[in-house]
Amino acid sequence: MNPQILKDLQAFYPEITLTATLLAVILIDLAAPRIRQATTFLFTAIGLLLALALTFPLFAAKSGTLFYGMVALDPMAVFFKGFLIITSFLILLVAPGSKEIAKEHIGEFYTLLLGVTLGMVLLASATDMLMLFLALEMVSVSSYIMVGYLSTERQSNEASLKYFLFGAVSTGSMLYGITLLFGLTGTTKLVLIREAIIHGAGDGNNGLMLLIATIFIMAGFGFKTASVPFHFWCPDVYTGAPTPVTAFLSVGPKAAGFATLIRFFFTGLSDTAGSIWGFFPAMNWALLVLMISIITMTLGNIAALRQENLKRMLAYSSIAHAGYILMGVVVLTPQGLQSVLVYLITYLFMNLGAFMVVIEVYNRTGSFELNDYRGLWRRSPFLTIAMTIFMLSLMGIPPFAGFFGKLYVFGAAVNHNLAWFAVLGALNSVIAVYYYARVIKTMIIDAEPEGAQAPPISLSWTSHILMWAMLLPTAGLMLFWDRIQEITSNSITLFFG
Amino acid sequence: MIGLSHYLIISAALFSLGIMAVMTRKNAVNVLMGVELILNSANLNLVAFSRYAWMNLDGQLYAVFVIVIAAAEAAVGLAIVLSMYRLLKSVNLDKADTLKG
Repeated sequence: MNPQILKDLQAFYPEITLTATLLAVILIDLAAPRIRQATTFLFTAIGLLLALALTFPLFAAKSGTLFYGMVALDPMAVFFKGFLIITSFLILLVAPGSKEIAKEHIGEFYTLLLGVTLGMVLLASATDMLMLFLALEMVSVSSYIMVGYLSTERQSNEASLKYFLFGAVSTGSMLYGITLLFGLTGTTKLVLIREAIIHGAGDGNNGLMLLIATIFIMAGFGFKTASVPFHFWCPDVYTGAPTPVTAFLSVGPKAAGFATLIRFFFTGLSDTAGSIWGFFPAMNWALLVLMISIITMTLGNIAALRQENLKRMLAYSSIAHAGYILMGVVVLTPQGLQSVLVYLITYLFMNLGAFMVVIEVYNRTGSFELNDYRGLWRRSPFLTIAMTIFMLSLMGIPPFAGFFGKLYVFGAAVNHNLAWFAVLGALNSVIAVYYYARVIKTMIIDAEPEGAQAPPISLSWTSHILMWAMLLPTAGLMLFWDRIQEITSNSITLFFG
Repeated sequence: MIGLSHYLIISAALFSLGIMAVMTRKNAVNVLMGVELILNSANLNLVAFSRYAWMNLDGQLYAVFVIVIAAAEAAVGLAIVLSMYRLLKSVNLDKADTLKG
């Protein structure tokens, strides 16, 4: 075999591990029907942990590309690989505890989870438009099936149908945009696309085509990150999907979408590599993303105000958070990029934590309606306090993790003379306080419905451990702030060819 | 003489027809056909650019992958529609209206 490919394979161990685990889990699921519940879980857990362990040494590796410029090996890619594998691992631990998932055959769930993880990891490091599109489709197609996992439930099926139709059109439009970009530059490699545009591929009349191509490509990124105007699927899919899948979609594929969005715009469409990125005069993509960011956070927050279903409310809240994260992208400075990474870390813990509480409450009450959270304070003080902390953190109240994410994003905007933008973001956070605080009020203050008193909720020890695993980082992230600062500031390097 | 622009016009027309089919059709299978039109318009673009503008094989290589992706997407899409038919005894998209708000 070609020695270069053999050498590249050594930096590809996490992906190889994930693929091998995926195949092994399918085989075990078929071959050992009696012990498959436990063994498939165990194998998936070991595979994900092994992939994570193999990711860490790559931090020290030299930046470059693998397989003739198909995927990048740089600190940013490695950071996202680690982040995404950790997300999948947490979902793997949460899923068996949910009554929704347990109704169906769970082996397939693990297979799909591994498939999405592999796709996300490739998406975060793809530097070729072909690889990027294939990885994006791998994530999308597997997650359509995950959303429709409860095949006998009408809502789950409907959610997966809507997700599929919306996803197919968004990714189809993105592909059309990619072909236009290929037509302009004659290459599919991001680094070469940038060179071609520097040498005038987007000058004159071609500038308009470049802009149209970018808008089409933005459809795919917008779909993955659930940004306006490609967010319509989000509330319906989050409501209809099994809750562990909702939790997964709100963190994993969204983060992978941001990873690839950053890579596309920064290595493909920026005119300078280095400390401050610029955009080509022909196409002001930063303005485009800035407008999307403002509309996304405002619409997400306003639509969340009148939601009665907690899953739906968290869906709109996740749209709003996508807007805040995009804010870090358009600042175009290393500080902005770092703020994106910090925000994603804090978002992982607080959002997954909130969904875990939703899962626990659903296991007892069978409902996602906010009204059924009345009297939760009496039934389970622990769950109430946990949910209160997650909600305060999502609001951005210090000293919880969410505050630091917002602090970094707004700080990056202010430092780049976009103070008005930060003010808009802060005003949005004020709107958001209303609907998060409403959850806290419903749990603690609102009177329970008349009649039969619901019994207290007791959690299993696994749920306790998982809940604490989310609570501690949410409440105590600032204790490790040096470490997070160090990791994120080392991770913002992108490969520029 | 048929040139690049002819292909681009046809592909733009196909793309628009695909989007129109997705937007207006009530039958889920027809919508899936619209999605195929969108993907194939991109394929036409790729092959035309590859042949007329750049004289390289990158675009045609890309098109082969897109065909595979289209097949995978259609398989999943049909499976979802089939499961919808089993639950609702219909493939009319207007019947999928339980999630709102």
